[in-house]
Amino acid sequence: MTTATVPAPTPSARGTLRRARRRSTALGLLAWAAGLAFCLPALWMLLTSLHAESDAATNPPSLFAPLTLDGYRAFFGADTGVTPWPPLLNSLGASFFSTVLVLLLALPAAYALSIRRVRKWTDVMFFFLSTKMLPVVAGLLPIYLFAKNAGMLDNIWLLVLLYTSMNLPIAVWMMQSFLADVPVSVIEAAQVDGARLPTVLARVVAPMAAPGIAATALICFIFSWNELLFARVLTGVVAQTAPVFLTGFVTSQGLFLAQLCAASVVVSLPVLAAGYAAQDKLVQGLSLGAVK
Amino acid sequence: MTTAVGTTPQSPPRPTATPDRRSKGPRAWATRAPLLPALVFLIVVTQLPFVATLVISLFDWNSLNPDKRAFNGLDNYASVFTDAALRDSVVTTILLTAGVVIATVVLGLALALLLDRAFFGRGLVRTLLITPFLIVPVSAALLWKHALYNPEYGLLNGALSWVGELFGDTTPSQPDWIAQMPLLAVIAALVWQWTPFMMLILLAGLQSRPAEVVEAARLDGASAWQTFRYLTLPHLRRYLELGVLLGAVYIVQNFDAVFTITAGGLDTANLPYTIYQTFYQAHEYGLASAAGVVVVIGTIIIATFALRTVSSLFSEEANRA
Repeated sequence: MTTATVPAPTPSARGTLRRARRRSTALGLLAWAAGLAFCLPALWMLLTSLHAESDAATNPPSLFAPLTLDGYRAFFGADTGVTPWPPLLNSLGASFFSTVLVLLLALPAAYALSIRRVRKWTDVMFFFLSTKMLPVVAGLLPIYLFAKNAGMLDNIWLLVLLYTSMNLPIAVWMMQSFLADVPVSVIEAAQVDGARLPTVLARVVAPMAAPGIAATALICFIFSWNELLFARVLTGVVAQTAPVFLTGFVTSQGLFLAQLCAASVVVSLPVLAAGYAAQDKLVQGLSLGAVK
Repeated sequence: MTTAVGTTPQSPPRPTATPDRRSKGPRAWATRAPLLPALVFLIVVTQLPFVATLVISLFDWNSLNPDKRAFNGLDNYASVFTDAALRDSVVTTILLTAGVVIATVVLGLALALLLDRAFFGRGLVRTLLITPFLIVPVSAALLWKHALYNPEYGLLNGALSWVGELFGDTTPSQPDWIAQMPLLAVIAALVWQWTPFMMLILLAGLQSRPAEVVEAARLDGASAWQTFRYLTLPHLRRYLELGVLLGAVYIVQNFDAVFTITAGGLDTANLPYTIYQTFYQAHEYGLASAAGVVVVIGTIIIATFALRTVSSLFSEEANRA
């Protein structure tokens, strides 16, 4: 502790020290209080999801009502037979395939921007970034019209393409900074041995930058999973995603609070898991690589 | 800590140092080739639709009346600026964005300062604080609308009843939050979701602050406030700018919260929601496109500053290598 550095504290110095320590404890408690306050709505959602409907919707709230999984059972269609599996699987598919596509496109691009520097590489970087700042609504109508004429409405692959374009700039930025850490000499050695670009990327670059690539993938997955506007406009019955299903959920079933909270917990689970896993890289992704 | 340039130390000189080798011939193409798929993909999927939006915005085009489609120049833009509903949604967008950004920055800064110090369970508190950001936005909006704001059994009024009972008040006020303060209700939900984001950016800023300088200031007898005011705040300036600008870019585009909590009712329709409605429900393609272009222009203004901030942080990283 800090006392070790002060051999013989005078009484007044000891008082200051004690005061400082008390203040530090108070600030620690304050941080805990803030953390719990921010988490409270989420914890409330979890608690409500574990209550019976009759206990969920009471005023004042029944904190200690018996716990049950009925809300989850109802969400998975125990009573109505309407299961959320198609939308959940659609979300999973759209998020997964777009993440794969993003990685396939971003890895070579990041390679060209960090290891084999193309000319004016910063300009290219900023072009990528600027597309991310283009509001989604500005291109939605033409995309809708195109999809309608091409018979691609209500099609999961259209979402895959759009989510890829949405996440590609972030992925390029993040990966550029991760790939910059791969030693050029190793890549050159591989090339001297006759490896071509795909081999170099797959066998040398990707394994060395694996943690960064994984974080990038998780962040792309989160964004795709969360997306509502494209999915809402461009899908209907077949390709409906989990967020769209959730928005329709309340109106079609009436309001069952426990069931709604269970639904929200289930839909948020993949994001929570991915988000906690990618915590450190989350800011970097969201701030478009500017903050590390 | 990674740097933008890392193992290729000659950052700007590197391309220019050997221009003749790179500018022409198959070698240059070999360098460029890996970049092209991503670049072409992005141009096709993001830039072309926007160009189409620009073109559509010059037409009078209602999809329910497709035969009447006609070129009408800038009329749609005139409508955007004279139409009361659209003008209202411009104001709403500004209020919503400014409210959320200011509140999240202030709260985020306070939380980042709290978390910048060592205390028992700091990692756990950080995880707790990030959680709101990791709830799917639609779920978060539904949670606020039904489980917190609901006038009959939402947590907010439940807590009011509970506290009221403690003080012997059997009929405490039970406000209908969304009906009485719709915009504030949306803002509060968004502040809850986005404060962690600001906190994370500012925390990254605080942790990149050189420890020796702070230590030196303390040895020189600077008070906590003086250290904050003259050392921390100037250091954080660009992180604050970045947070504000990125927050603005993300919040301006917000659709989920408005759509879910109020469905644009009660004067809470922001531009993205209004545009969505104009083309999806009113089928006014030309008008919706014009409004979309206006949003883009607004965003470009914010984004120019955002890009400059990112670029200054970025070049700082590049120079450090």
